[in-house]
Amino acid sequence: MELSDERIKELAAKANDIRVSIIEALVNAGSGHTAGPLDMADIFTVLFFHTLKHKPKKPDWPERDRLVLSNGHICPVLYSTMAHAGYFPLEELKTLRKFGTRLQGHPHREYLPMLETSSGPLGSGLSQAVGMAIADKMDHGLTSSRRIYALLSDGELEAGQTWEAAMLAGKEKLHNLTAVVDRNNIQIDGYTENVMPLESLSDKWRAWNWHVIEIDGHNIEEIADAFEAAKSVFGQPTVIIAHTIAGKGVKEFERDYRWHGKPPTPKEGQTALKELRTLGGKIRSEME
Amino acid sequence: MLNPELKLNKKIFDKDIEQIPIRKGFGQGLLAAGEKDPRVVVLCADLTESAQAIFFKEKFPNRFVELGVAEQNMASVASGLAAMGKIPFITSYAMFSPGRNWEQIRTTICYNDRPVKIAGSHAGISVGPDGGTHQAIEDIAITRVLPRMTVISPCDAIEARKATEAAATTDTPVYIRLAREKTPVITTDKTPFKIGQAQTIWQGNKPKIGIIATGALVYQALLAAKELKEQKIEVEVMNLATIKPLDKKTIVTLANRVEGIVTVEEHQINGGMGSAVAECLAEHKPTPMRFLGVHDQFGQSGTPDELIKHYGMDAKTIIEAVKELI
Repeated sequence: MELSDERIKELAAKANDIRVSIIEALVNAGSGHTAGPLDMADIFTVLFFHTLKHKPKKPDWPERDRLVLSNGHICPVLYSTMAHAGYFPLEELKTLRKFGTRLQGHPHREYLPMLETSSGPLGSGLSQAVGMAIADKMDHGLTSSRRIYALLSDGELEAGQTWEAAMLAGKEKLHNLTAVVDRNNIQIDGYTENVMPLESLSDKWRAWNWHVIEIDGHNIEEIADAFEAAKSVFGQPTVIIAHTIAGKGVKEFERDYRWHGKPPTPKEGQTALKELRTLGGKIRSEME
Repeated sequence: MLNPELKLNKKIFDKDIEQIPIRKGFGQGLLAAGEKDPRVVVLCADLTESAQAIFFKEKFPNRFVELGVAEQNMASVASGLAAMGKIPFITSYAMFSPGRNWEQIRTTICYNDRPVKIAGSHAGISVGPDGGTHQAIEDIAITRVLPRMTVISPCDAIEARKATEAAATTDTPVYIRLAREKTPVITTDKTPFKIGQAQTIWQGNKPKIGIIATGALVYQALLAAKELKEQKIEVEVMNLATIKPLDKKTIVTLANRVEGIVTVEEHQINGGMGSAVAECLAEHKPTPMRFLGVHDQFGQSGTPDELIKHYGMDAKTIIEAVKELI
């Protein structure tokens, strides 16, 4: 399904709203991760408001697509997007990381059963998505219209389990599986290529029989096109390597690995929100 | 005497008692579970024949997944299959699953509340000649500590078959501990089996000591009980097949009738079945105990008999421990 210019702007405005919610939730929580959630906001927006087959008011709908967030620490973007999509009230984002909350510091199905998986320890999300895709293929062969999505960080690809899963997905020719790598080039200890070089990343996936698509992870149209293209790949799983800017949307946070694992202070939050709201106003004025 | 209600093998004390590897019973149970329920699927990490998944694979090739030597992936892939409504059994050696893939079992299976069944073959030191790297003697400790996990250690091939079929019908993760070597067949098809239920397998007349054993060593406990009876020492023997959830009621009832308890397991005494019994008794009925098992060391090559004797888990050592407690 092609996106109209108007729809692209609507989605961009939605992604901006989600970034606002992320900053608000993190400042309120006083702990958590900032860079990853901000840089994945565009991809989450396209998934939840365009690509995914899902029913926010009926989260256990059996025919839904499955979305596995492997790097659970970026859950502020998952929770914010789910709230904006209508899974639960936006107001609930204020409870992030607080005692008794459904919005645990890392996603936990026991507290929020509408999540497909609990996650946090890195490197195991792709395996779970592969298991889901195998189950779907066992039941429906090539006829299923359901897709399984796995969202991964680049740093977590250093965990060997990811490659065990990649090998199996290639061997099983899981056409119903789409993985997304958030290629933001940072991790806790620094820039990925200093900590543990990952390049040539696309060659690594191709070697395991994956179809590789590389995109600008902030270009709404490219993101939507890549998800659509993956659906027509035959006999191979697809990985979308999304080149993103860590901390995207707030100039002070962008491309700085130090924002991987800390939240903005209330003051930093105010500055960030001002910047995001200005941008939101600009996008909306262009839509009128 | 043997508990007549359990309809045990009448040839238990014969020299030519039938011996079958416990893992074989798992293989049969897996096939039976697969025939009963189409949701049952089996995953294997390059040990299809040895871990006894071969019969299932031949009958249901489309419900079988070969993952290669990748036990961590296997645990999490199984979690994904369970998320889609399947009942996955993951099969390997206990040293690798639940050994190598413990964190994946914790997070993607138990924390995630997915009813994956983990079959750990070649558990205990009776693996023998392969040596210490392949002798899983920590697996009970690392599985029973996990919330939601059920832990079963069958005493023979028939009980393993029943445990496997029962595991397929529960909505929790289950760890089934299996021995490689041929093991005397103690039970029969008619012996009752229920997850969570301990069984008094040898009854004593006013018993002085209770022996609680699990896995293949239940046979050694029975040999000890028979010998002790001939020496006019009455004991009671419990087959504790389910280590978690622990049948506290039956254990406390036994402790109330005896002066001491001896636990026998092919496992480290730290954190194993004996520790589970001790945790229960310390709270509900403090009782003098002796723990037979491996005492904080690794195994080595040897025949199963040599190793069981060397590390002190054979009938002779059980008899000595009983006498010490009286």
